[in-house]
Amino acid sequence: MSHSSDSLVAHHFEDIEQQNESAVLGMWLFLAQEIMFFGGLFAVYLVYRYKYPEAWAAGSTDLDIVLGTVNTVVLLVSSLTMAMAVWSAQTGRQKGLVRYLLATLVLGSTFLVIKAFEYYAKFVHHHVPGASFSFHSEHFPNADEGHVQLFYCLYFIMTGMHALHMVIGAGLLIWLITLALKGKFGPDRFMKVELTGFYWHFVDIVWVFLFPLLYLINRHH
Amino acid sequence: MSTVAIAPESALMPKRHYANVRHSVASWLLTTDHKRIAILYLVSITLFFAVGGFFAMMVRLELLTPKGDLLDGDTYNKMFTLHGIIMIFFFLIPSIPAVLGNFLIPLMVGAKDLAFPKINLFSWYLYIIAGVVAVTALVKGGVDTGWTFYTPYSSTYAKTEVFLAVSAAFVAGFSSILTGLNFIVTIHKMRAPGLTWFRLPLFVWAHYATSLIQILGTPIIAITLVLVAVERIWGKGIFDPSLGGDPVLFQHMFWFYSHPAVYIMILPGMGVISEVITCFSRKRIFGYEFIAFSSLAIAIVGFLVWGHHMFVSTQSTYAGMVFSFLSFLVAVPSAIKVFNWTATLYKGEITFEAPMLYAFGFIGLFTIGGLTGLFLAAMATDIHFHDTYFVVAHFHYVMVGGMVMGFLCGIHYWWPKMTGRMYPPLLASIAAALVFVGFNCTFFPQFVLGYLGMPRRYHEYAQEFQVLNVMSTAGASILGLGYFIPGVYFIWSLFWGPVAGPNPWHAKGLEWQTTSPPPTFNFEEDRPIVVEEAYAYSIEGAESVS
Repeated sequence: MSHSSDSLVAHHFEDIEQQNESAVLGMWLFLAQEIMFFGGLFAVYLVYRYKYPEAWAAGSTDLDIVLGTVNTVVLLVSSLTMAMAVWSAQTGRQKGLVRYLLATLVLGSTFLVIKAFEYYAKFVHHHVPGASFSFHSEHFPNADEGHVQLFYCLYFIMTGMHALHMVIGAGLLIWLITLALKGKFGPDRFMKVELTGFYWHFVDIVWVFLFPLLYLINRHH
Repeated sequence: MSTVAIAPESALMPKRHYANVRHSVASWLLTTDHKRIAILYLVSITLFFAVGGFFAMMVRLELLTPKGDLLDGDTYNKMFTLHGIIMIFFFLIPSIPAVLGNFLIPLMVGAKDLAFPKINLFSWYLYIIAGVVAVTALVKGGVDTGWTFYTPYSSTYAKTEVFLAVSAAFVAGFSSILTGLNFIVTIHKMRAPGLTWFRLPLFVWAHYATSLIQILGTPIIAITLVLVAVERIWGKGIFDPSLGGDPVLFQHMFWFYSHPAVYIMILPGMGVISEVITCFSRKRIFGYEFIAFSSLAIAIVGFLVWGHHMFVSTQSTYAGMVFSFLSFLVAVPSAIKVFNWTATLYKGEITFEAPMLYAFGFIGLFTIGGLTGLFLAAMATDIHFHDTYFVVAHFHYVMVGGMVMGFLCGIHYWWPKMTGRMYPPLLASIAAALVFVGFNCTFFPQFVLGYLGMPRRYHEYAQEFQVLNVMSTAGASILGLGYFIPGVYFIWSLFWGPVAGPNPWHAKGLEWQTTSPPPTFNFEEDRPIVVEEAYAYSIEGAESVS
């Protein structure tokens, strides 16, 4: 590397420790902000689920549990590959870093493609809220159609917000891969990889909450 | 009584400072220097203050007569809505944090810049994008929902530019979040050697508490506005009663942010007052730790009181009682601050420079605003006062009497630091007096109007309310003049003001130990090393209060 360790420190920081600690704290605060953002959605979800349990069960049972489960596994594995990418950066494994970042990107994209198929099926079955919405459930005959529509509103907004975060994460991964190919990371500078890892794990954890709350209500029917 | 010497004739402007290192427009628009970004904010929020002030003027002019003879009902609705949206999201929330906080926090902690200079610039651009969207909404016909965007009117029935207005508030929110994030990281990680937490200026503590609310509260309004926007686009959505959706849920979500947001709008003002009161009393602040922790207490308890906006919105009485109790609780840390400021004045060597006049104004008006808040926090009286001019008066006593006074106080106090020049002191004192008198003439009659039962948000009213409304409008014109005069002498001072020197007020605190204006990296030599607290003032013959 041609860079000395001093040039890695931005002009306004005293040393690399201060710079790294600031970056990590900044990311945690950003994630706190994200928790509140999704927290608002979860609060709305809880209010309506408490009010309309029947409709929530009906809407949930109609979601594709196979695709949902596959996507959960895909995302959890992507968290593993992301963690391996951070480790590769920290230990100076340049090829490993690129491979693991690529693997994470592929898994993240797989998730989005599967999600798109799920959305498409909902569209075909008139389960997208709006004028053409229609819903009938054999297991839950008492579920009010309007209330189920409310469930689907939340389903689309919550998974949509999550998918938007995945798209941003994929963008960050592409950026990291181009940097990694130029050899920009090493044991003394891996903050960008580590912080993207924070973000990626956070987005995965959101899904870990979304999956049971949306897909796994009253599945024993 | 000694007077503080102002601007010795011999003071010289530093040859090189942050504002003259480069002159091109690009060097300002692409700067990452926190001081230049603060100036960008100062210019932009002043413009928005003028726009919001114009709408306020239209409201006051309409209310000069009982009949709706200047504006029709729809236009009037747009006027007070735009006044609210612009003043809250584009003036009050960014005012002190984005201008003074941005300029001063790195100086006060002895750092070269905020932790994330590029994010700082980015948040200014977010603010400007939000501003452009808001102005677009305005040009395309305005909004008439009130700044509160209550559903289902905003989500279903309003025919105006709700989507654009909501988007503007959404984007402005992220600007605010990023500013708060930058402050917290800077305060945690970039303090100069020796600058312990309890040596920090209280201005910094106040901004720390403010930043917590910005980071933890703003995302809630962001997602709430997304839900309203989705419902407007889709035609069906979360708050839609035809699906079983609950419009009152919107109010919960909205006030979960918007009540803490009033503390975003007042805590930084309190920070300014703590600095100014000590400087012009030449005394150590009374009860430093209490003031510091009262800021955090206000921030934390402030998150638990939102239901007091909803005593008459089908909320259960028991929930109302809890919210009422918690709202009373906020009065405790607020009162601690007021008592400690007055205790600081006790036996101080008080001088009456313009910033101090504004600080006195703040203490008096904030106290009235706070105490009338208790009438609204009590459920029985709130049912009478709800949606009357009493609420309008209370809110403006805190926001205009408090925060705008605090902003002007801070600008007058740190103007010599920001520009290196002084303003005419007599004219500044006259303007401060005009603001105080004009403000009280404008808003005190509104307490009476509210007590008598005049509802807010109507462009017509009963004949018997006219006298008080004429008083209010007359006061508003004095207030307008009071705001206009500083604009003139500040611009004058930029070119012809006497050179201030590094520390014209003989104040303590790191920001006064560098040149005025400071160099790009704030301190000429290496980092300053701090050996004493921020308020090491001492006066002859005064007892130590520590």
